[in-house]
Amino acid sequence: MGLERAFADEPAFVPYLAAGDPNYEASIEYVEALARGGADVIELGLPFSEPIAEGKTIQNAIVRSLEAGMTPDRFFQFVEDLDVDVPLVCMTYYNLIYQYGSEEGPRPFVETAAAVGIEGLVVPDLPAEEAGPLRTACDEFGLDLVFIVAPTTRGDRLERMLEQVSGYVYVQARLGVTGAREDVDDATEESLARLSDWDVPKAVGFGIKTGDHAERIVSAGADGVIVGSALVDIVAEGHENGDSVGAVADRLEAKARELKEGALRGAAERPQPERT
Amino acid sequence: MSTDDAHDPKFGEYGGQYVPEALMPAIEELTDAYQRYVLENEDGFMDEFRERLADFGGRPTPLQYADQLSARYDTDVYLKREDLLHGGAHKLNNALGQVLLAKYMGKERIIAETGAGQHGTATAMAAAHLDMPCEIYMGETDIARQRPNVFRMRINGSEVNPVTVGRGTLKEAISETMRDWATTVENTHYVIGSIVGPHPFPKMVRDFQAVISEEAREQVIEKTGRLPDSVLACAGGGSNTMGTFAHFVDDTDVDLYAVEAGGSSLQVDEEEGVAPNSATLSTGDEGVLHGARTKLLQDSDGQIMESHSVSSGLDYAGVGPELAHLVDEDRVTPVNVDDDIALEAFHRLSQDEGIIPALETAHAFGYLEEHHDEVGDSVIINVSGRGDKDLEIAIEETAKRDLDIAPDMSIFERVGGGGL
Repeated sequence: MGLERAFADEPAFVPYLAAGDPNYEASIEYVEALARGGADVIELGLPFSEPIAEGKTIQNAIVRSLEAGMTPDRFFQFVEDLDVDVPLVCMTYYNLIYQYGSEEGPRPFVETAAAVGIEGLVVPDLPAEEAGPLRTACDEFGLDLVFIVAPTTRGDRLERMLEQVSGYVYVQARLGVTGAREDVDDATEESLARLSDWDVPKAVGFGIKTGDHAERIVSAGADGVIVGSALVDIVAEGHENGDSVGAVADRLEAKARELKEGALRGAAERPQPERT
Repeated sequence: MSTDDAHDPKFGEYGGQYVPEALMPAIEELTDAYQRYVLENEDGFMDEFRERLADFGGRPTPLQYADQLSARYDTDVYLKREDLLHGGAHKLNNALGQVLLAKYMGKERIIAETGAGQHGTATAMAAAHLDMPCEIYMGETDIARQRPNVFRMRINGSEVNPVTVGRGTLKEAISETMRDWATTVENTHYVIGSIVGPHPFPKMVRDFQAVISEEAREQVIEKTGRLPDSVLACAGGGSNTMGTFAHFVDDTDVDLYAVEAGGSSLQVDEEEGVAPNSATLSTGDEGVLHGARTKLLQDSDGQIMESHSVSSGLDYAGVGPELAHLVDEDRVTPVNVDDDIALEAFHRLSQDEGIIPALETAHAFGYLEEHHDEVGDSVIINVSGRGDKDLEIAIEETAKRDLDIAPDMSIFERVGGGGL
């Protein structure tokens, strides 16, 4: 387990793309472009047919990927085919993890994920109460299990999560589902304050769209920023306009650079930057 | 029933709380409210619920002896008439219970999803009755095939939000309502329409619907001096089913049949991700969907299949976790009938008993027609809803088939009734 290393020296930029959106080959190029643009960890979405935590942007990406033939086995092949030197995290829903392989439960999925080089999992519909079997499998194969802290998470629930989380904690910046926004929510700072004594990197996601957003989030105390919908938007627009894969990849790389640089500016503005 | 611990989220291996973290505090708050108000009758909640069910809802509904069907099948057939409940279906029991609970909890807004529109209609009525603003999510496919119910929701003052993703049916509507709830959870209550979703919904909805079997059990004993040999109810998500079974579960001499939608076939097209049926208890595999571990129609990867039934109200790829558990325990027998048999039963009940049933309900009567030799000397069958909402689709589906029992449809052609 070692995702924490990605947050050790400077604020981490953690982009998300749905693997296979809009198709396998283009998606490989897009993920590699994010790595070139400065990604420190990449979250790869394994599409599930009922993504209840996602907004329209990522929902549509998931539909495109599924229609292009993405499956768990193709996803693992996708990870093997990627040429990136960045830790990879799989973000998916529990039913796909639970169903994988002939053995009941999450172990076969985690075993295969570890074998292809996945270092962590984010499972938006798996609260700490239900995560025991997956945590056990992750421990066995050395994967981090990232939990999402919501603005509504308080008290005992925080404690329960702290017992299970590893790698980094995903701080949900505002209530609702995923999706880019024009501004940064005040709930972010309150959430970060509640987690101030947690000895695990805190990466903020939901609604971050620009380098300026990333700057503000990091200057408010985050150890990293997670950006999904703003990047998926670039993929979607390129797909709809019939742009070349190379042109879309260039835009993703530039956007990644903007977000990473924003995060670095944010760190420089902190009075006493915390390092975990 | 209400002797269960509100804080035990499981039925054997099934159930649980598989939802985004943002919803967990609301679910904990709801679990607490369920314990206090529903199970412990704090502030007289259950007294008020029962009073409103009686005065606004029209309970108790009758248990009617069905003369023609009893003669036809040579067995005593008793009809639990939930179609006579206000709104025309059993759905009001749960909707009224949850909207009232939301009020007790201090929530300011109601959201719900609906498939056939019956739950949406019941929620809209309950929200109007209790003066709560209400928004209903409904798949665009279902909006097209259930126009009268959409209009009923609107005239009761609710907003109806079309859901356009996927195939535009109940599965997509539930996902969309969960997204709304994740955004508005601090002031909004999500009235889930069946015994599905994260704990405590499966138990709470069952408790609100259990009034059906509570009454039916008392009524049948009063009429006959004994319990029936069998109880039949159609099964989609399962709220009508569990409501009809709940007070009979401990009566182990009474056979319980959950009648699912066999659709056009029990075979699945894995390539296309389509199950041309909604027979989840009969053919589904264990998995996690919409907040609970239960039986699901899914492919070998775990992607949820598109389901099908002539009846929108049964057209769902999941089923309540308690029913899945009772099937595993051999307490409930899952059976199914196909679209054709259900449609025949729709006509038969209308002609023989003067009751136009919902197409959901017709599935249970279709099973009785096919298997009346197996249900013993007396059977209770729940008329879960009336068929007014289904008339447009019944016209369309009848015209497609060569049914001996159907009325002569040529009158529509003679007067130029398009759309056939």
